[in-house]
Amino acid sequence: MGVEQKLGNMGVVTTTLETAVNWARTNAMWPMLFGLACCAIEMMSAQAANYDMSRFGMELMRPSPRQSDLMIVAGRVSRKMAPVLRRLYDQMPEPKWVIAMGDCASCGGVFNNYAIVQGVDEVVPVDVYVAGCPPRPEALIHGVVTLFEKVKGEKFADLAKA
Amino acid sequence: MDTRLEKIVKVLQEKANATYEEFRDEVHVFINAGQIVDALTFLRDEHQFSLLSAMTAVDYWPEESPRFHVIYQLTSLTQNLSIQLRVLVNGDQPKVPTATRVFEVANWREREIMDMFGIDFDGHPDPRRILMPEDWEGHPLRKDYPLGYEEPQFTFNFEEIDLRKPYAKE
Repeated sequence: MGVEQKLGNMGVVTTTLETAVNWARTNAMWPMLFGLACCAIEMMSAQAANYDMSRFGMELMRPSPRQSDLMIVAGRVSRKMAPVLRRLYDQMPEPKWVIAMGDCASCGGVFNNYAIVQGVDEVVPVDVYVAGCPPRPEALIHGVVTLFEKVKGEKFADLAKA
Repeated sequence: MDTRLEKIVKVLQEKANATYEEFRDEVHVFINAGQIVDALTFLRDEHQFSLLSAMTAVDYWPEESPRFHVIYQLTSLTQNLSIQLRVLVNGDQPKVPTATRVFEVANWREREIMDMFGIDFDGHPDPRRILMPEDWEGHPLRKDYPLGYEEPQFTFNFEEIDLRKPYAKE
């Protein structure tokens, strides 16, 4: 860039609309703040200077579900929290994705008891599970990049069906 | 036992027909449910036990009957003393008179005991669940309440359990 722009000599790139849209989606994916337990600390440090998730176009953690595409469920979901989580998920605009971060969100973790939902996939559909207790920021970033790979392969026809 | 506590316990024994136990310098006074409000008022007004520092319950099922102990831990800040009152109750929905008129702080503590153990407090101003969802069935801290519901998945039964798991749809 730069010189070519000045010279007005940009050339032409051909691609499919799907690829362009999916590329745009992966590079500006705004996650919603959903820190529920200790995993939230790792999520914060993944956002902060040392790991800096904004390298992947995710510099904005949105406190409002209406402005976000991705819900990172970081921590254990109690049965009392589950309806709230579902409601926030329903308020997010399509298309939307969910990452279950950590063992508790993925399968209940060590909390096999009456109070904790045994995996957030009982409440919302999950795209990527990140293992670890809690997962390190690298693991979360790996989960995010895995989600990007998934999003890049999405077809308009499938989205229309859903 | 502290000599100041000895006097108090003696009065409680005479007035409220109480018994007591000592364990590692802690005094546990057992009182009938009917006399607990009077005992709390007596300790607060005449012996400066102005702080209800803890209020909880224990389920001793199936070892003991009556199965529930409702526990009031009182602290006197002026005398640096602490005393524990216990009320023994039994049955499915036992009733204990509320302590909210003596100690305001008992309001939420009693709601928690009601929620977790199913012990009702007669005359409580706001008898709702405090921790569990309102439509919850059962009382989780009772010893006969099931611990969990999910079977652990191993490689040999992974798919079998996976079929039964209630996954969310879109």
